[in-house]
Amino acid sequence: MKKLSLTLVGLLALTASQVASAADYVLDVKGAHAFINFKANHLGYSFLTGRFNKFDGKFSYDAKDVAATKITVNIDATSIDSNHAERDKHLRGGDFLAVEEFPTAKFVSTKVTDKGGDKVEVVGDFTLHGVTNSITIDATKIGEGKDPWGGYRAGFAGTTTIDVSDYDFKAGWVGKIELELLIEGIKQ
Amino acid sequence: MLKNTDEQFGLISTYIHWISAVMVFSLFALGFWMVDLNYYSEWYREAPYYHKAFGLTLFSLTLIRIIWKLSNKTPKDLGGKKVEHKLAKLAHLALYGLLLLIMFSGYLISTADGRGIELFNLFTVPSMGELFANQEDLAGEVHEIAAYTIMAMVVLHVLAALKHHFIDKDETIKRITKFK
Repeated sequence: MKKLSLTLVGLLALTASQVASAADYVLDVKGAHAFINFKANHLGYSFLTGRFNKFDGKFSYDAKDVAATKITVNIDATSIDSNHAERDKHLRGGDFLAVEEFPTAKFVSTKVTDKGGDKVEVVGDFTLHGVTNSITIDATKIGEGKDPWGGYRAGFAGTTTIDVSDYDFKAGWVGKIELELLIEGIKQ
Repeated sequence: MLKNTDEQFGLISTYIHWISAVMVFSLFALGFWMVDLNYYSEWYREAPYYHKAFGLTLFSLTLIRIIWKLSNKTPKDLGGKKVEHKLAKLAHLALYGLLLLIMFSGYLISTADGRGIELFNLFTVPSMGELFANQEDLAGEVHEIAAYTIMAMVVLHVLAALKHHFIDKDETIKRITKFK
């Protein structure tokens, strides 16, 4: 439950053969080669950024059948870090994430579409602050291949924008937040 | 008389007591109010700034108070049972303990990320760094619970003082209200 789940589930992937052809990857959170960052507007004058330090996730991916991709990511909401303890305390409180009540956030993909080139569109259910909405992540495949230590990795970058009022934040005035997902998975 | 005697609290003890009382109430009220301030309130930055600065001021005053208390006599107990004196001592000790706990936990909230605390633009009290995980959250819980607890103790303190004055009809309140 401590993971944000970006499950890129292709509808076609539901057939056995296609599922079998996709390789399973686990996000490299141990080595911290995966990041969930956020960017919020401050007063309309500037941006502030932060990230979630604790999360995990997995995805199955096959370059030849992108639509079969699934991704699941579970985020520990209490691990929010904006480089200011007092602000983080506030962000974890009732005005924002209310982490005592909603300690985890989650993303589970529902539909993945190959947009040509390295572009992938990932639609999925994002649960934050106890509210689940369908969001669309515009992702790019960065690359895949052998790593120098005997493993095999694939990495993606994706961004999406959410409006916190869609997630019932008390601090609705925060407005839109950009989420950035930089993930590297290690093939199992 | 500056110093305490067997019969009376001196001016220093008396003034520190009442200044502390006013500050404790003010800091509690300010803290209670400021945590729900809207981000766009003009007090959003000012209120915590004053809360911290006056909190540090009260901390300094409390240190002086403790040194003064230890280096000075305490007026003798008035009538009543031995067990009452013991309980009164315990309650006073709890008030001091809670004060220090509130101040220290407050310090730990604001300094959890290495930032210090500004004292009226005079100087910055440095951070000791993050001493334990989730410091700002845990210290925040302690700060809040201890603040409510001390207010309950204050109610007890006031009721006890009034009991002495109106029921026992003794000198308790007069001992701490001689201002010159």
